[in-house]
Amino acid sequence: MNPLLTINSLKKQYDEETVALNGVSFSVHEGEFVSIIGPSGAGKSTLLRCINRIIDATEGEILFDGLNVGNQNKGQLRKLRTKIGMIFQHYNLVNRLSVIENVLHGRLGYKNTFNGSLGLFTAQEKKQAFQIIEILGLEKQAYKRCDQLSGGQKQRVGIARALIQEPRMMLCDEPIASLDPNASKIIMDHLKNITTQMGITCLVNLHQVNVALKYSDRIIGIKHGLKVYDGPPKSITKNQIYDIYESEAGELILELKDQNEA
Amino acid sequence: MKLDYFSKKRWTGVIFLAVFIVLSIWVASYTRFDLSRGLGSFVKAFNWTISSFYPDSASLVRLPAILIKLRETIFMAIASTTIASVFALFFALSGSKVTQVNSFLSIVSRGIASFSRNIPVVAWAMILLFSFGQSSLTGFLALFVATFGFLTRAFIESIDEVGHEPVEALKASGGNYFHIVFQAVLPMSLSQIISWILYMIETNIRSATLLGILTGTGIGFLFDLYYKTFNYHAASLVVVVIVIAVFFIEFLSNYIRRLIL
Repeated sequence: MNPLLTINSLKKQYDEETVALNGVSFSVHEGEFVSIIGPSGAGKSTLLRCINRIIDATEGEILFDGLNVGNQNKGQLRKLRTKIGMIFQHYNLVNRLSVIENVLHGRLGYKNTFNGSLGLFTAQEKKQAFQIIEILGLEKQAYKRCDQLSGGQKQRVGIARALIQEPRMMLCDEPIASLDPNASKIIMDHLKNITTQMGITCLVNLHQVNVALKYSDRIIGIKHGLKVYDGPPKSITKNQIYDIYESEAGELILELKDQNEA
Repeated sequence: MKLDYFSKKRWTGVIFLAVFIVLSIWVASYTRFDLSRGLGSFVKAFNWTISSFYPDSASLVRLPAILIKLRETIFMAIASTTIASVFALFFALSGSKVTQVNSFLSIVSRGIASFSRNIPVVAWAMILLFSFGQSSLTGFLALFVATFGFLTRAFIESIDEVGHEPVEALKASGGNYFHIVFQAVLPMSLSQIISWILYMIETNIRSATLLGILTGTGIGFLFDLYYKTFNYHAASLVVVVIVIAVFFIEFLSNYIRRLIL
């Protein structure tokens, strides 16, 4: 089976000194839940943003569903982006609009300039939006303005906005970094369900190593813009994690099962 | 060394104060400014104001004419502000870091805005007097140009405050430039933008009355006319009408602001 996403020696250089990615390659198969771990500034956010070309890569090749992302023209790129949902650390909602309006923003990729600008959505789209809101347990908040929601609720609106795109893949950039443990669990469970029940591939940047180990099918470790680990969570060793975070053994808060001890 | 630091600081203060005092005395003697006579004339001015600068029953006959001119001035202020705000919004969208099309256009629109902003309304009126003469068009254009510059700057800041985050999200879901502007940027900044427009309408009504003296139009001209023909009662009626109008407009715009914010 061909992979859904293939990244070949991806490089991103912001200026002469700042190299965010220095030749990263990996591929992701349909239905996988992959976590990317690594210290702040390792290039994780840049990596995700290169995949849907919010940031243009300097070198390298990205293939999504057989299409070369770098070669798409404006219209093709918009079409391609509808197939990739994105979730952000700071939720990136339009706070002055209601939950339902924010969810419907996920349909903009399918809209022409006139209908999209005026927010003219079809009855079918609105129905779909309410269904997704219900799945995420936000039906009571549907008409509330987003600045009145809690962090966990905001992130669920973010997930709903991504889901209504009918994506094949989700890019999640630190989805739980600003949330408390309780809300974090709810969000991670939703993301896991999206993969197992809807078959949508998830690529998640995570800071919490324990969460990554618990939820992922596969872990990718990034350090200084390079891939340093790629494999199942079971076979990653403590020393490899310490190496990724460049810290002395024992300084990280970690709970690994005994078989992972090196 | 520490003592040195304090004495140095003290001496800087003393020298600054001395220069300030010497400058004030020199300028006052050059212009023959006399504080006691200046204060004395306050009393005279006050006495004159209460003895002759008040609207009497004869001047009330002129009220309809004054109100017509007041309406002309207010409408000119509102028209120049609203039309300028439309242009300012386009320039602000291309000038703001969040919504700029490219950095060259951004610099150009910021440049045009700051040029028209930094020249005061009265200077614009004087410049435009040469081409358009004493007409309401001159006043309108002067207000338009200065308002355009100010509002562009204000709108750019309102749009910058929206930030890249919602813009990034809509881009990622496949939205185009106009989707992002209408569905994310404007909903986030519209109440700020309306607030700035209201503020500018208030300011422009005040400026328009003064401009009228220069351009010979509106209620400013009427005041000038009555004042120069020694019709102080009618002139004072104009002042009263202006004050009431300004208060009313401010009350109205504060009310609207409360509703939208």
